[in-house]
Amino acid sequence: MTSALAGTGALVRLALRRDRWLLSGWILLFALMTGFSASATADLYPSVQDRVAAADTINSTASLVALYGRIYDPASLGALSLIKLTAFGAALLSVLMVVIAVRHTRAEEESGRLELVAGGIVGRHAPLTAALVVGFGASVLLGLLTTGTLVAVGLPSGGSLAFGLGWAATGMAFTAVAGVTAQVSTGARVAVGLGLVAVGVTYALRAVGDLAEHGPSLLSWLSPIGWNQQVRAFAGDRWWVLLLPLALVAGLVPLAFLLRARRDLDAGLIADRPGPARGGLAGVWDLAVRLHRGVFVSWAVAFLVFGALLGSLATSVTGLVTSPQMRDIITRLGGEQALSDAFLSAELRILGTIVAAYGIAAANHLRSEETTGHAEMLLATATPRSRWATSHSLAALLGITLLLLVAGLAVGAGDAIVQHDASQVGRVVATALGQVPAAWVMAGAVVAVFGWVPRLTGAVWGVLVAFIVLGEFGVLWKAPQWLMDLSPFVHSPRLPVGSSDVVPLLLLTATAALLSAVGYVGWRRRDLSP
Amino acid sequence: MTAVTSIDSSSDLVVDARGLVKSFGRTKALDGLDLQVARGEVHGFLGPNGAGKTTTLRVLLGLLRLDAGTARLLGGDPWREAAQLHRRLAYVPGDVALWPNLSGGEVIDLLGRLQGGHDRTRRDRFLELFDLDPTKKSRTYSKGNRQKVALVAALATDAELYLLDEPTAGLDPLREADFRTCVRELRDDGRTVLLSSHILSEAEALSDRVSIIRSGRVVETGPLEQLRHLTRTSVIADVTAVPEGLDRIPGVHDVRVENHRVSAQVEEHGLAPLVQALGAAGLRTLTSQPPTLEELFLRHYGTTASARRGDD
Repeated sequence: MTSALAGTGALVRLALRRDRWLLSGWILLFALMTGFSASATADLYPSVQDRVAAADTINSTASLVALYGRIYDPASLGALSLIKLTAFGAALLSVLMVVIAVRHTRAEEESGRLELVAGGIVGRHAPLTAALVVGFGASVLLGLLTTGTLVAVGLPSGGSLAFGLGWAATGMAFTAVAGVTAQVSTGARVAVGLGLVAVGVTYALRAVGDLAEHGPSLLSWLSPIGWNQQVRAFAGDRWWVLLLPLALVAGLVPLAFLLRARRDLDAGLIADRPGPARGGLAGVWDLAVRLHRGVFVSWAVAFLVFGALLGSLATSVTGLVTSPQMRDIITRLGGEQALSDAFLSAELRILGTIVAAYGIAAANHLRSEETTGHAEMLLATATPRSRWATSHSLAALLGITLLLLVAGLAVGAGDAIVQHDASQVGRVVATALGQVPAAWVMAGAVVAVFGWVPRLTGAVWGVLVAFIVLGEFGVLWKAPQWLMDLSPFVHSPRLPVGSSDVVPLLLLTATAALLSAVGYVGWRRRDLSP
Repeated sequence: MTAVTSIDSSSDLVVDARGLVKSFGRTKALDGLDLQVARGEVHGFLGPNGAGKTTTLRVLLGLLRLDAGTARLLGGDPWREAAQLHRRLAYVPGDVALWPNLSGGEVIDLLGRLQGGHDRTRRDRFLELFDLDPTKKSRTYSKGNRQKVALVAALATDAELYLLDEPTAGLDPLREADFRTCVRELRDDGRTVLLSSHILSEAEALSDRVSIIRSGRVVETGPLEQLRHLTRTSVIADVTAVPEGLDRIPGVHDVRVENHRVSAQVEEHGLAPLVQALGAAGLRTLTSQPPTLEELFLRHYGTTASARRGDD
């Protein structure tokens, strides 16, 4: 075993060297987000009564409970100020850990760099061990730094520690999840995708579980993100719940090593089957479809399932409203229809943001095909540059549109089945399609950066995260309006869709087109830079 | 297109590059490079790693934009008319990267269609010649097999010009011989081949003319016979007793003796007498190899020129 681990230390140092900015930047960002939220909430709700009222509103609003969970101690400042970061922050953190763990395992293997390293004195299990060490270390450091930040802004130290450790344990759990997904498939893209599906599934499980009448139900307890909520930091500090993610880690890590031991370098668990001796790909568009197809289909299936699930919840949202005052307010605002509209709008907006992530990943094919040298092979043929770039841009734009169509149909169908009334399907689908242009803008941004500063194409991910964070916390942090308006998602329509939504949608579409055009101009002028 | 064709027929230079300059940041990959390739010849493009061979080919393919100088390819402008010109050429990159999920056959046919269609019998002939299984997924191919995929795709293309960037780097000796046969066939057929390599013997075996590049400039160009003086064979032998006077044999240079091991650099005419002398001294093992380009450069040009540059 010791020889299998030889070189782990060197690999850990290599990973830290490669990721020193990425890791330290993200860790700081997460810790600072908690501090900002806590101090801003204290300003916003100075008295206990204010906080109780705010907490009651959140607890009785289904879309908020589905998104963020419940507040288990309405009087607690900590519980109120960190409600958005408990589940949602843990999900973001989990995505980060999945990306980091795959980056140092399967991605290295796929690129062939690991082979270079494996030739040296590096044991069979060293790369996986090193990736886990880096992920676990980053999670713990992030948790402790968060605890420190929360204590520094004046929250109770017990709750601060519980919250920090809850994040640390969730981060560790998803590092271990990615350690397993990295063994299963031969592609880093698929390994990250599987990890993200795990994050999405656990997030949705707890959303459904939290919405149950006397929630949280069993479903919340099946989800690592749900466990993070059930630690109930600042609302009881249930330390024993931290054992659940640690137990999951203890189960997944040996599994990852077992899977690694059963396969060869570069191989997945599923052996490659032979392909056709003659190809039917007629051109770059066929090739793009082929390259995008696998990921697209898995996203479409996920959207179908979760869309239907979310749609079926829309009618149950009124059950959460217990206080007569709230019922009164809602009736005056437009009745239960308005309540379920608000719920569906919130869900569709989130799906729209998630689809933007698909669009960014799909448009990033431009850059990854260039760095791998695939683009060089194609551009040395009679393929013009613009035709090649169009194949991937179009695949991204079309993928976004189809995914939101699937999402709209699934949400609408889920709602219709529960209500025995299909009259809502049309407007739900229209609203879902209304989220398309904002996601196009993000894909267009990838094309623009690709055309002029190809090395920074990945930075669009950071922009997406910034828009998400601004959308969630901008108001709380008193961010200037113009800054928040930069996010394309702000301009996407909500239910009920009206004629006032047409102009913003046209502007978003024009922005996406402009960004793509700018990218094309740069791409046609610049060197191929693998 | 008609204009291009008329210029083309009036000129017999397939590649005409003058004073090419290309920098990446502060490194100058090409520093006033001149290269002329005549129609119907096999032109060896020789240079050590990082000399600028790949950069030159990428410029000729319009993948990189020149900082200065003029390049004409098949009578056209390689940057502006890239896609049209590519119809008339075939390219094998130095580092062949394939789509891991596609089978070799799918890649070959895709690249063929993008060039306007392969001749199916040619494709199948080259598949057989290189002993390549087209049904395997690209991710399972070795480096040599990936190179074969690109070679089959290029050779099956009916092109005027073949740009081959170190095409034999991953091939075993048997396939290397087959590859040489293919290149000779292309030449007999009147096609032009620009063959980049850092292996002198390969270029020697195939080329009508060679250009030698170093640090982004062509330092020698001409028919092979003129450059014959560059070739010396490196010989290492184990003998029971070291004979005297090896360094006095004409054409034998740099004789070094360590215990029972003799090493020397030998010109062609010195080989026979040297081997005779060694045989008389109780020869146990004998290895000989052509010198690497790096060794040649060290000998003929010294190390005075500025440090190595370039990308490949």
